[in-house]
Amino acid sequence: MELLWWAGCPSTDRALSELRAALQDAGISNADIRMTEIRSEEEAQGRAFVGSPTILVDGEDVAPPSEEPVGLTCRVYRRPEGTVSPTPGPETLREALRRARERTTHEEVTR
Amino acid sequence: MTIAIGQQAAHFQLPDTEGESHSPDGNPATVVVFTCNHCPYALAWHDRIMEAARDYYGRGVRFLVINSNDADRYPRDSLEAMKRRVTQEQWPVPYLHDSSQEVASAYGAKTTPDIFVLDAERRLRYRGAPDSDYGDPSQNAAWLRGALDAVLEGRAPEPAETKPVGCSIKWKA
Repeated sequence: MELLWWAGCPSTDRALSELRAALQDAGISNADIRMTEIRSEEEAQGRAFVGSPTILVDGEDVAPPSEEPVGLTCRVYRRPEGTVSPTPGPETLREALRRARERTTHEEVTR
Repeated sequence: MTIAIGQQAAHFQLPDTEGESHSPDGNPATVVVFTCNHCPYALAWHDRIMEAARDYYGRGVRFLVINSNDADRYPRDSLEAMKRRVTQEQWPVPYLHDSSQEVASAYGAKTTPDIFVLDAERRLRYRGAPDSDYGDPSQNAAWLRGALDAVLEGRAPEPAETKPVGCSIKWKA
């Protein structure tokens, strides 16, 4: 698990707290969350960073961006109920964790 | 520079998306809102601020919404992008372009959004966030509305100051 963040955006703590809550709800107690600060436009380009916070589960964005430009900015998330939010929110995180668990199970079955 | 509550705010003249100039003069209350096109906090609060502008228009309150971000580094804050928003979203208020960032600097604006409520003498009566939770539309810009009610009734807003919450203003290098 990796949380990419930029200091110009104040939503990192909230995103981390929501991620921890989602992990707890999913019964995942041993997840390692790597915090990666994006400090420059060059780093943003290198990580295809479309805004802070960006949360990756097994390398996959929990809310894959469509046509968001890469750069140092605060990320806009659209919640299922239609509101705008600076963090992905519990439903999106739960769904991303469910997808990750399915991938793991599938890999174990096909191994 | 930051303006203290009770202090007179700087006069300014800025063009809107159609090129018409606007200044914070001649109204019993003026709301100066620093915002932008891509910040999730500004977008989350946007409808509540526009609704307040509509509701208080009849009481002589003027809203001046300003974008001061560096559009070279953040093209989504360009004048063209501002024009598109005003048209597509049918804004009831002018969207002003502070390309030199002088107004944001004079007001000490820190975030988008950052709200300054001025009285008829242009004295600062409220500064901060629209309400206590960007994620809860039912808050309905309560701090902003409370400040406007107070100013229109000649009272001191309570609270007079809250912490502005949002993305940092994108200053030019």
